[in-house]
Amino acid sequence: MELLSGGEILIRALKDAGVKNVWGYPGGAALHIYDALYRQDDVYHLLVRHEQAAVHAADGFSRATGEVGTALVTSGPGATNAITGIATAFMDSIPMVVISGQVPLTKIGQDAFQETDMVGVSRPIVKHSFLVTRAEDIAETIAKAYYIAATGRPGPVVVDIPKDVTDPSHKVPYSYPSEVKMRSYQPTDKGHRGQIKRAVKTLVDAKRPVIYAGGGVVIDNASEQLIALAQALNYPVTNTLMGLGCYPGTDRQYLGMLGMHGTFEANTAMHHADVIFAIGARFDDRVTNDLEKFCPHATIIHVDVDPTSVSKNIDAHIPIVGTCTSVLTEMLAINKELKTKPDADAIADWWTQLDQWRADKGIYTASRYEESSGSCIKPQDVIKMLYKITNGEAIVTSDVGQHQMFAAQYYLFDKPRTWINSGGLGTMGFGLPAAMGCQLAFPDKDVACVTGEGSIQMNIQELSTCSQHKLPVKIINLNNAALGMVRQWQDMNYSSRYSESVYEDSLPDFVKLAESYGHVGMKITHIDELEEKMRKCFAMKDRVVFMDIDVDRSEHVYPMQMPGGSMRDLWLNKTERT
Amino acid sequence: MKRIISILLENESGALSRVVGLFSQRGYNIDTLTVAPTDDDTLSRLTLTTQGDDHMAEQIVKQLHKLIDTIKVVDLTVGSHIERELMLVKIKATDNDIRTELKSCVDIFRGHIIDVTPATYTVQLAGDSEKLDAFIEAVREMGIMEVVRSGVSGISRGDKFLRV
Repeated sequence: MELLSGGEILIRALKDAGVKNVWGYPGGAALHIYDALYRQDDVYHLLVRHEQAAVHAADGFSRATGEVGTALVTSGPGATNAITGIATAFMDSIPMVVISGQVPLTKIGQDAFQETDMVGVSRPIVKHSFLVTRAEDIAETIAKAYYIAATGRPGPVVVDIPKDVTDPSHKVPYSYPSEVKMRSYQPTDKGHRGQIKRAVKTLVDAKRPVIYAGGGVVIDNASEQLIALAQALNYPVTNTLMGLGCYPGTDRQYLGMLGMHGTFEANTAMHHADVIFAIGARFDDRVTNDLEKFCPHATIIHVDVDPTSVSKNIDAHIPIVGTCTSVLTEMLAINKELKTKPDADAIADWWTQLDQWRADKGIYTASRYEESSGSCIKPQDVIKMLYKITNGEAIVTSDVGQHQMFAAQYYLFDKPRTWINSGGLGTMGFGLPAAMGCQLAFPDKDVACVTGEGSIQMNIQELSTCSQHKLPVKIINLNNAALGMVRQWQDMNYSSRYSESVYEDSLPDFVKLAESYGHVGMKITHIDELEEKMRKCFAMKDRVVFMDIDVDRSEHVYPMQMPGGSMRDLWLNKTERT
Repeated sequence: MKRIISILLENESGALSRVVGLFSQRGYNIDTLTVAPTDDDTLSRLTLTTQGDDHMAEQIVKQLHKLIDTIKVVDLTVGSHIERELMLVKIKATDNDIRTELKSCVDIFRGHIIDVTPATYTVQLAGDSEKLDAFIEAVREMGIMEVVRSGVSGISRGDKFLRV
């Protein structure tokens, strides 16, 4: 058997785990690993400018491809910098392995230089973690880490490796396990057949059904089955923020996103539904609004791979634990065999009602905000322009805030894995590094990072990474010179007292900033120049372009659920409510 | 209501901290906690008691089961079960009347006096938590110096058992 050092074993094991790209940042405790990385060509390493960005980039790569993302950081500050990225992936169930260097075993617990208890610090935000104490254990641990990260409800796994375990002078035999078996970890795949049958019958008997599909459908690549079922039944579908794209945004049966900034038709349909089929969604507080008032008439069918998500916030009448793909596949088969069909008249009436809601107050049937004019550029119009110029085919990443919601509302995603955002943790600074991950995965695709001048500055250093690794992402900066969503809440709840949400004159010249990194910068201050400049931007296939767009500073995101209300209690604009 | 939750856990470093962390992270309280290796030294058996309604207990069991190191979880309170706790109590016993009274009290509770000095008795007592509480009330007036309780261990009655 081949003799390798711990560092070499790690890199070889990554290769054997199918890893092609690692995002990372070296440092003392990781130097043996980095030396092993230098002496091989199988695993490509991308040097970032901050460890948080390494994790977000690995995360973006994973979201765009479905593969497990990988990040490599050093001990202490390297490890703690990675924490926000890990928490982001954890909240959105993104498969990822984060390898952290650690001080030597002999120094652990002695407050050594750059020592942090990474396993301890990361414990609440990982699916699992390992501290490797012998070079002989590295390969097996890596195999387990990738297996755990990718299966069941996916999530980030931390592998903490003390420096002496990767010592180049200590060589041990290498072998990568052909399969992983763990007696304590056997994720569920197939749902209970009896329950699935009940679910199909209940669904078929519905008069006012809604299919509520979330990120689980994206993660489990179950779009095809979801579309087949929805279309076989002719039922309306709403997607969560995390589920956007799992059902085509341009399809007639699509009601738009639901929840806090969901459409009037989606939220109202949920409220009046008699059967809600929730799949790969978790009844998040940003969806349900007040739990007591949630969908009072509905029988709830809930499919999720994670048993803890079922009946956590809302009791499910028909709970099913299984993967979205396997359960939907079985539902399709059962539906075919079933003699009863949906009540065509009832469903037609339901569609009449839904279409009425769309026509009355939907954001896709008419413009529900004042149009842009002159130097007053509406952020919604920027997203619509982005959609037009990229033919709706770009991978869109976003940061967190108003721009995120505008992108979610106005870019109609037809395909899963094209909308990449931090939904659960809501991490500002996610967009740019995540875009790098997407661009690495799909070098020929348009990758647009929709951001704001607040979020972009949280990881703007990554403009340098984009240069070094030739990642020509396009940055669409909706610049309203304030923390827009914070200000919106201050307008609505704090009598417009803008406590620490404005930058006054402190913002950088983003055009010059982009240029100083060797990129192209564009400033847009007038609606008439938007289309032409955005076309130019996306025509520059091999350049990073930073589009700094001054948008209306007073704009709010609507619809918006009213706190303490039901799903249908919405502000439709600054003065009109349901 | 009181819940006794029994867990079979991989006997690995960090496993216990994941269980304990889960409780604080999710806002559940742990009233008692005992843990030790089983006859198979790759496994730990952990018993903890907490308070919660059915919904909370179901979530706790599911959340515990989700931990990668957890092999089996059972809420013993759902079925017929036995619980035992061990208690050591050091009591001031300087005068003869108290020594006599204490001795008879210990007999009534079927405990043992396991250490004696001219000034103290140390009593060992096993039983369910209510019995131990009752003993403490019975001897409180005599002057308790120290109480050490092991926390609850539990096992199902009859044929049911928790094993890999």
